[in-house]
Amino acid sequence: MTAVLEKPTQKLAPKEPRQWKGAAVFVAVAVVALVVMPLVLEPFRLGLLAKYLCYAIVALGIGLAWGQGGMLTLGQGVFFGLGGYAMGMYLKLNDAGGDLPDFMVWSGVEELPALWAPFGNPVFALAMVVVVPLVVAVALGTLVFRQRVRGAYFAILTQALAAALVILLIGQQGLTGGTNGLTNFFDFFGNDVAAESTQRGLYLTVAIVLGVLYLGAWQLVRSRFGRLLLAVRDGEDRVRFLGYNPATVKTITFAISAVMAGIAGALFVPVVGIISPALLGVVPSLELVVAVAVGGRFALAGAVLGAVVMGYAKTYFSEELPDAWLYLQGALFILVMTLAPKGIVGVAAALRDRVRKEASA
Amino acid sequence: MEGFLNQLPIGLSIGAVLLLIALGLTFTFGQMGVINMAHGEFIMAGAYTAFLLQDWAGRSAVLVALPVAFVVAGLMGLLLERAAIRHFYGRPLDTLLLTWGVSLVLQQLARDLFGAPNVQVLSPTWLQGAIGPMPYNRLFILVLAVGSVVAIWLYMSRSAQGRRMQAVMQNRQLAATSGINTGRVDQRTFFIGSGLAGIAGVALTLIGPVGPTLGTYYIVDAFLVVVAGGLGQLRGAVIAAAALGLLNSYAEFWTNASLAKVIVFAVIVAFLQFRPQGLFVLRSRALT
Repeated sequence: MTAVLEKPTQKLAPKEPRQWKGAAVFVAVAVVALVVMPLVLEPFRLGLLAKYLCYAIVALGIGLAWGQGGMLTLGQGVFFGLGGYAMGMYLKLNDAGGDLPDFMVWSGVEELPALWAPFGNPVFALAMVVVVPLVVAVALGTLVFRQRVRGAYFAILTQALAAALVILLIGQQGLTGGTNGLTNFFDFFGNDVAAESTQRGLYLTVAIVLGVLYLGAWQLVRSRFGRLLLAVRDGEDRVRFLGYNPATVKTITFAISAVMAGIAGALFVPVVGIISPALLGVVPSLELVVAVAVGGRFALAGAVLGAVVMGYAKTYFSEELPDAWLYLQGALFILVMTLAPKGIVGVAAALRDRVRKEASA
Repeated sequence: MEGFLNQLPIGLSIGAVLLLIALGLTFTFGQMGVINMAHGEFIMAGAYTAFLLQDWAGRSAVLVALPVAFVVAGLMGLLLERAAIRHFYGRPLDTLLLTWGVSLVLQQLARDLFGAPNVQVLSPTWLQGAIGPMPYNRLFILVLAVGSVVAIWLYMSRSAQGRRMQAVMQNRQLAATSGINTGRVDQRTFFIGSGLAGIAGVALTLIGPVGPTLGTYYIVDAFLVVVAGGLGQLRGAVIAAAALGLLNSYAEFWTNASLAKVIVFAVIVAFLQFRPQGLFVLRSRALT
């Protein structure tokens, strides 16, 4: 293969000069999300928004790994699912109250599997939401990045992992609920999960978690580590020659994005009321990457924006024009990749620059 | 022991199909740095070609369909290359997402044209029966794959066009300065690679039904063949495809279908620890 050097995709600004503006926008968005939305939206729509915000948390991780670190991960659904199933297993056991969960009875399982037993403890289950994705991502990242397997190879491997996990989950009917996944939850830490107040509380929780993770990711990108990550993206070998180990930088970032996806999955379960293989396979994982690309992969805000916009678009079009949605999604994607590789954020920035130029001329 | 023997033709024929699919991927990836997710839809196009020809050719549709599917899928690939992909050379990750968009559109198109339910292509009567544990239809697929590989090998090593293709794959700039029209070579590679996917689609009609998402079942595994075999490597693809096909079917046989994919994945990650760039590597002094 000829060595095609990828051009540095983004110029490094020495220091962001308009920091207060970013902070102001963040506060404004937070006020809208936390105060205005719960007042304006009816419960059903608020639930939808909560779902999109869960996806936005995954997208934030993708923005970090792909936009900042250049690792195109096509298997974030795996970590989303691991977090979701950990939460779902706890909720199932809690609802069953000492008996077997309903789907196990239906598939003829007579005794609680050993894998399930510890998930009856909420603290253990919540810990696993973070620990399992973390361990899987660190193990995969270490093995893969250490051998300098990168770029497209990495993308293909993560995609294969997503495909394998789905088949595994479907096959183990008695252990995982098979194609149906885990659903029919009633109680969420002492609250009726379907109640309006619970759902509003869940929405606020998701929004706050997203905000906190966003600030964390933003700090990370601004830190020395973030600079190193950008450097690894744009010139991995040069970074190695400078004495850093790119594999470590990439593994840490990949693990952070995996944990984000795991947390999102755990929040998704009580919000939507189901976790199933169809929600975490190759296609849902790719759809989130698409969303990040549409929003703008080089900015964390773009990733979040993209997930929410694409979530709304999907709901709207599959309600109004169910047959056209796949065409639209495909076409939108082709257009974004050809005409606006920096996504909505990139287009907005270009427009702003043009307006400025005209104003100064 | 009997079960063991019965898995052999299944594994080999799956490997043969994977090989036909992976050949196109490995050349387009190795030569142009393009990850073509729409490749799976060329498989589907090949399979539907056989389905359509059935009305006209009856039970021999499969034979008639082979050359037709090659041309149909090849032209689709050529169109995709000319219309979109050529603007993305050297940006594998972007082509991956772009072509995924194309693949969504093609799947929906197939759904609108042929309906969402699966359709059946009747295999020729002379392919019913078996020698020992090897059914004729799976043997036919095997022969088809071997024939295709020999044809590709002859093309690449004996013909002037094929040697130009190798030259571009090894060093694009040097090939261009030696007077090779690299754009033309890229188009040919894309045509042949996509055409092979069409042939794989026809082969798949012999062992299962045809549906709009036919390609998606094989594309991930075919990419794993590319990763394990090494970019643009004919030998690597052959060995990796056979190994993956057999590993898949035996892992299913010894454990169960749901664990098999996980085992295959683990084996490949383990394999990459020893050969991070696949079985065979094009030697070069480039760093990456």
